[in-house]
Amino acid sequence: MAEPILSIRDLAVEFATDDGVVRAVDGVSYDVHRGETLGIVGESGSGKSVSQLAILGLIPQPPGRIVRGEALFDGKDTLKMSKRELRNIRGGDVAMIFQDPMTSLNPVLKVGKQIGEAIQAHRNVSDKETRDRVISLLELVGVPNPKRRYDQYPHEFSGGMRQRAMIAMAIANEPKLLIADEPTTALDVTIQAQILEVLKKAQEETHAATILITHDLGLIAEMADRVCVMYAGQVVELTDVYTLFAAPRHPYTVGLMDSLPRLTVEEESLRPIPGQPPSLINRPPGCPFHPRCFLSQGRIRCREEEPPLRRIGAAHLTACHYADELEGRVGHLAEPVAAEGH
Amino acid sequence: MTDVGKPRGRAHDALVTDAAERSGSEPPTIAVGPDGATLIPATPATEGAVAEDQLAIVHEHGLELKSRSQWAYARKRFLRHRLAMASLIVLILILGAGLLAGFIAPYSFDEIDLENSLKAPSLADNHFFGTDFTGRDYFSRILYGIQTSERVAFLVALLSTVIGTTIGAIAGYYGGWSDNILMRLTDLVLTLPGLAVLLTAAAFLGNGSQYRVAVILALLFWTQLARIVRGSFLSLREKEYVEAAKAVGSGDLRIIMRHILPNVVGPIVVNATLIVGIAILTEAALSFLGFGIQPPTPALGVLIRDGQELQDIAWWLVVFPGATIVLIVLCINFIGDGLRDALDPTQRRTRT
Amino acid sequence: MVTYIIRRVLYSIPVLFAASVLIFASVTVVGDPLAELKQNPLFSKVTEKRIIERKHLDDPIPVQYAYWVKDVVTNQFGTPLLQPGDRIWNDLKRVIPHTLQLVILSELIALLVGIGIGVYSAIRQYSVFDYAATTFSFLGFSLPVFWLALMLQIVFTNAFLKWDVRIFYTSGLNSSDQTCTFCVDRLQHLALPAMTLTVLSIAQYSRFMRASMLEVINSDYVRTARAKGLPEETVTLRHALRNALIPIVTVSALTFGGLIGGAVITETIFQLDGMGPYFINNLLSQDVYPVMAWLMITATAVILFNLLADVLYAYIDPRIRYD
Repeated sequence: MAEPILSIRDLAVEFATDDGVVRAVDGVSYDVHRGETLGIVGESGSGKSVSQLAILGLIPQPPGRIVRGEALFDGKDTLKMSKRELRNIRGGDVAMIFQDPMTSLNPVLKVGKQIGEAIQAHRNVSDKETRDRVISLLELVGVPNPKRRYDQYPHEFSGGMRQRAMIAMAIANEPKLLIADEPTTALDVTIQAQILEVLKKAQEETHAATILITHDLGLIAEMADRVCVMYAGQVVELTDVYTLFAAPRHPYTVGLMDSLPRLTVEEESLRPIPGQPPSLINRPPGCPFHPRCFLSQGRIRCREEEPPLRRIGAAHLTACHYADELEGRVGHLAEPVAAEGH
Repeated sequence: MTDVGKPRGRAHDALVTDAAERSGSEPPTIAVGPDGATLIPATPATEGAVAEDQLAIVHEHGLELKSRSQWAYARKRFLRHRLAMASLIVLILILGAGLLAGFIAPYSFDEIDLENSLKAPSLADNHFFGTDFTGRDYFSRILYGIQTSERVAFLVALLSTVIGTTIGAIAGYYGGWSDNILMRLTDLVLTLPGLAVLLTAAAFLGNGSQYRVAVILALLFWTQLARIVRGSFLSLREKEYVEAAKAVGSGDLRIIMRHILPNVVGPIVVNATLIVGIAILTEAALSFLGFGIQPPTPALGVLIRDGQELQDIAWWLVVFPGATIVLIVLCINFIGDGLRDALDPTQRRTRT
Repeated sequence: MVTYIIRRVLYSIPVLFAASVLIFASVTVVGDPLAELKQNPLFSKVTEKRIIERKHLDDPIPVQYAYWVKDVVTNQFGTPLLQPGDRIWNDLKRVIPHTLQLVILSELIALLVGIGIGVYSAIRQYSVFDYAATTFSFLGFSLPVFWLALMLQIVFTNAFLKWDVRIFYTSGLNSSDQTCTFCVDRLQHLALPAMTLTVLSIAQYSRFMRASMLEVINSDYVRTARAKGLPEETVTLRHALRNALIPIVTVSALTFGGLIGGAVITETIFQLDGMGPYFINNLLSQDVYPVMAWLMITATAVILFNLLADVLYAYIDPRIRYD
């Protein structure tokens, strides 16, 4: 198999805060292969965004700190790159799309100019060429009237359009890796579907690998090839999307699936996962999920031993001591649920 | 504010002052303009709409921390601020010395001793700060001066807090045209050249009495607080518990006093503290120019005024009273900063 | 944009009008303009009558107001209480440029230095420079303007007395043998007053810029700019600074009133022939007419300045124009 475009190995990131040291990412490893879409699912605080920001060196280093680990992009460790090398890959080979398009664009600069900046930062192109390219990019992402829109300011764009502009910015330099951090969370439900389409189109155009960070399982079902489930700064399950929905092998994943309401079945009440995510400051020993876990039932091993991420299938990894007990269990959502609002 | 997204001319002023405390480890929320009288904001903000939302979010958080734990949390945070703690101690010493002037001053403030006039500071005869033109002990005069200044300053802070809170509460709670009028009024007062107005007021309304000066100052200083209180009220009155209270039939006053006001206490305390400092500076300026407190009442500004003529040969006449003012106000500013760290839930960002 | 400006200008006119009413009303309400004079035994009844006639003092107040406005507009602000031959504007004409010179000089220096310090503090947060700048600002906020002026005077006077070196002058606009406006001598005389005024302004602007810059530096769009691969200087200058500078316009406008007051104090102490001493002297002699004229001029300046700030703000922040 071809070498993965991105290889994260045992990445750990901490933040120093007033209340203590927060271990936001605590030993995370996964690969992203060329052309595939890896979905990263988790709640807020699971460390899913932080690990991506760390790859690009976008974590402010006080108070943040990359404790250990490697992030091999195309063979080179980004965590050890010089500032100049990092600048080269940012917006070039690796592009990021952020969550909130309202605040992610500079309000006092014209949109066209901002997209053009991304191009000119990496290539020596004339202003005219840049403008042309930007306009064609805007067209690609579905912004109507791109020539006029080029000269407008972000506040003149709607939320959906701003996100389209962000996507245009991201694919401007034909990146090999696209990182989309909750790209639709801040948008209206009806717009979300449209943006997803734009993303798919962007992927088709660039053949880029994509990391899709979200807490929305529907999105995962729609877009992801493989899925990485994160909890409390760690990877708890990693497999392809069909297996994930058909046969999840981690109690957290099972809980996530269970908590989704389904239109096709009569249900009395919602079934959330009981309890709260753990504090990342002084995490107690053992598995981070055990206080909320239906499988654990208070067993000592769960309480004392942190489960390593281990292989339980051909391409299926899980971090649970008793994952085998989930064997044979068929996921509630044997058929992937359609994305919301689609 | 309903049209907060559409900036009127003075909108950006509102933006600046509404979210005044949000930008991480800041000293004075309000500060004094170069004349020592005009209040200006000391921290920036972003769009008004954002400011309102943030204030709302802030109050939600504030509410979560509410009840007993909030004060314990605040106290802990204040105590951690070493500079503020040190300043508090120094300030208590100084102000206490002022209050106890009658007891600790080696001389009375008007004890003339022509033999010993214009003596440089020394330990002899306990003339720590020297003597003035008529031989009066300067240290004692300064002590009494502190007493006068603190009396005026606290009075000003008290009055302006009451006025500002009331106006802000009315404007914020009832909204509508009362809000409009009151805010226009506030805008007007805010842009006036403070010192000029004060001087005019003092000149024509008669000066001399500490209390008159205090009232005049208070009438100028209430504006910043009114803005802040109004902002808080605007967001807080939309809260569910206010609706609940209304549903139960609580009167407006009760709602304001019991539900909303306690949440606004933090910024009020911070600003009141800072106003004390500003009042001291302004009163000193007024007295110095001859429009504030008049001799023979000793006030620090008056002392400097008297000493000015002889400043070339008796530097201590100007230096010591001024240094005292600087020290007091500096301490107040540090304390205000510490209080703001501790009490103002909007302060969540980068630490000092 | 043009409509915005026009609208703002039109809005200012009633404000100006309201200010004039307010000024007149508050000064009249306070009492009899002749009160002080009446206490003087040398004040003759004849003079009193003449003044009452000239100033229409026994007409109802709105009428007096009308006469006053007429005086302001057509008669060079009218006459002072006791000198029917003078015109207030003549004096004002002389003192205003002096004050303008001082104020503009100070404001420019304060903006440049203050913004510079603030921005650098933000970029190098928690550095020694940052802490030093913070300490300096706190100090700046605690200094009484008049005391600083006096201290500067003491220091430089003593320097002169001890070492016979005249670096900066401690009083007056020019040395006795000169009358130039834009020359070194004038600068030497304005140096200390300017220093006095700028200290507080620098403290304010630097704190403000620091906070503004910090907020912007941590914003999402700056993060986007970095994620695009832009060099750090571009991120700082084109993205961060441009946004951080916007609120300074407002702050500058708001502090203008304070600057006027500061100038009053400073000019008085340094004995500059500016609006400050003019104001103070007339206050002391309780001559309402120059006082009102002064207030009117100042109010106009404040309104104009605010207008300018609004327009400037709209110019640099594209979000504002579509009102």
